[in-house]
Amino acid sequence: MHHPPPAFFSRSAHMVWLGVFLAICSSGCNGTKADPTEIVIGHYGSMTGSEATFGESTDNGIKLAVEEINAIGGINGKKIRLITYDDKGDAREAGTAVTRLVTKDRVVAVIGEVASGLSLAGAPVCQENGVPMISPSSTNPKVTKVGDLIFRVCFIDPFQGSVCAKFARESEKLKASKAAILTDQASPYSVGLQEEFEKAFAALGGTVVSKQTYQAGDQDFSAQLTAIRGAEPDVIFVPGYYTDVGNIALQAKKLGINTALLGGDGWDSSKLGEIGGKALDGCFYSNHYSHQDPSDRVQDFIKKYNAKHKQTPDGLAALGYDAARILFQSMQSAKSLGGADLAAELAKTKNFDGVTGRISIDADRNAVKPAVILEMKDGEPHFVTTIQPGE
Amino acid sequence: MSVSHPMPAASPIAATPFRPTGPLMGVLPLAIGIVVAVLLHVILPGFVGPYYSRIVIDIGIAIILAVSLNIVNGMTGQFSIGHAGFMTVGGYTAGLITYYGSYFIWGTLGKHGVFLGTGEWLFAASCIVGGLVAAGAGYIVGLPSLRLRGDYLAIVTLGFGEILRVVLQQTGKVLDDGAAIRAAGWSQWLPPPVGGAIGFDGIPKYTNLFWVYTFVTITVVVAYRLKHSSLGRAMISVREDEIAAQAMGVNIARQKVLAFVMAAFFAGVAGGLFAHERGVIISPKDAGFQRSFDYVIMTVLGGRGSISGVTLAAIILTALPELLRDFEQYRLIVFALLLIVMMIVRPQGLFGIHEIWHFWRRRSR
Repeated sequence: MHHPPPAFFSRSAHMVWLGVFLAICSSGCNGTKADPTEIVIGHYGSMTGSEATFGESTDNGIKLAVEEINAIGGINGKKIRLITYDDKGDAREAGTAVTRLVTKDRVVAVIGEVASGLSLAGAPVCQENGVPMISPSSTNPKVTKVGDLIFRVCFIDPFQGSVCAKFARESEKLKASKAAILTDQASPYSVGLQEEFEKAFAALGGTVVSKQTYQAGDQDFSAQLTAIRGAEPDVIFVPGYYTDVGNIALQAKKLGINTALLGGDGWDSSKLGEIGGKALDGCFYSNHYSHQDPSDRVQDFIKKYNAKHKQTPDGLAALGYDAARILFQSMQSAKSLGGADLAAELAKTKNFDGVTGRISIDADRNAVKPAVILEMKDGEPHFVTTIQPGE
Repeated sequence: MSVSHPMPAASPIAATPFRPTGPLMGVLPLAIGIVVAVLLHVILPGFVGPYYSRIVIDIGIAIILAVSLNIVNGMTGQFSIGHAGFMTVGGYTAGLITYYGSYFIWGTLGKHGVFLGTGEWLFAASCIVGGLVAAGAGYIVGLPSLRLRGDYLAIVTLGFGEILRVVLQQTGKVLDDGAAIRAAGWSQWLPPPVGGAIGFDGIPKYTNLFWVYTFVTITVVVAYRLKHSSLGRAMISVREDEIAAQAMGVNIARQKVLAFVMAAFFAGVAGGLFAHERGVIISPKDAGFQRSFDYVIMTVLGGRGSISGVTLAAIILTALPELLRDFEQYRLIVFALLLIVMMIVRPQGLFGIHEIWHFWRRRSR
């Protein structure tokens, strides 16, 4: 059998390529038509992948806020519609999801992401297309530096780092002068918080006696913990996520380390107590809010959230809820829903009474708000104190 | 790439030997590809909007990665699962050149020049340098493949990606203004300041349809010509039977290393395009095995050594998750189900070892 030479651009090959491109185009050429009776907002988050609970909690919080505002008639008679896209915790997917939200779905504002690395991927797309973006819980300072349309409703790493350092240095419970640090070097969040803690702790006259690292997902921390034990610190700062922290606490107890562990909002999960249990007794972490806070706004929120989603909201859900409510408040008073008008209104937010505390947006579009310190007892976090900004 | 003299039909795949029919034959596909790239760049964004243009860019980058990985996994029959590692090497190298290079050349950070302006040429050059550095890494990773095969080689390539990921996490912060760059001493340049765990942000976003599809064209044409050259046939013979190939005088070691170096080069170029894409921050995570597996799946789904099959697989597997967005969080389940069904129905991949036009011709007869 003898074939003619395979032409690279033979007629048949042409037809195939043409077909493929047409297939892609035809599936997408139908732009979304704007419905004049509704306002569309977008949310992108990790609904799948290793950080799936982050996206889901945030989304639940936003959904609750959307339901509430629609129940009282929406904004100026228009209902809010929320579009949520999954980004799998991947920067490329985050960029694609945001591009779709702002250019195809034509949302008036975007809420997202939890992880700072992903917010940094999505923010430039929002900024270029003139759509305001509110990150509910990205604490890295770089995020809002992307542009004048990028906001956040959580505190930033330098504040959280200094809160932890201040608590370690000055609270009656710790009075630490020597600190050891155990960082998750694969997580930008952990590294960022560690740097800020180190700076603040040194500024308050403390010394860091040992710095160790691990990788998220590690099972054995005995080498790092043994080195830390040798340095005899008064407190061990572990700015990681709850799974690793639980394991670290268990292994520290086994090695006979009774020094208190101290951490940031990455500890905030009901899983922390399940993993660490009694080993975490007497350990502290800073967080956005405490579900034990007796104030009405917190207890109301918890009741409503529980009724809708059948679980106790974590900090991320509360931040998602606050982000959406600040957005709605600004929409109500903004001259128009155009990006610039909405951003100008968002920037004016002062003393907003949120679930996660009184929120004011400063000149750098970061939230100025208090942090709470929680203490672990029998696997449950208990409220210790609130630390105000500028204190 | 040297075009071979016609070989006797000994290779199992070569029912149709490549015969150049004129001096234009080598240049024509490239020229057509570049014209198509220009047309895409000019027409497509206005026609389908930024979102679909972006997916088409992602598809192009995936094609480069999958077709180049196919040189190692499909044509030479080695099993590399470190392709994203080479991509990341290229991406970081290219990013370093455009980010810090822009400052040293023009005194400003950020994008410089218009379409096909000086900034874009710097970007294109940086992608090629990224490719060369990745090719160097490919040579180093290719060396153990002389001793190892199968699972063991896979572990070496896996290890390469993971080592790279950890090394990149140790790098320093990106220097984000001129004063910081001028003040930086040697200790800050080694290791290079590329952002550590959070990724290299601030790289000027030059990647557009024109450059992506120009490089796609180069990759596909080179892979196609390679497949029908004496080198490519030697690679295929290594895949089919190493001992027989050696007996026929094929230098197995050379073929394997060559395959790694070529694949790594194109992966590095794709990394450069990826790092400069809008709404992307290249981070150490990208070097991990998860991203590598995306491309391994494309080569398996496309068929061993089938360039058109792998290209089609890259298109489908990149577009499908986006088209399935309406299924929300179930989309990944649907996606995985489709893959499983596919592998049961066609275990040899879409086209097996054939190209798409082989089927066409058979049917039209």
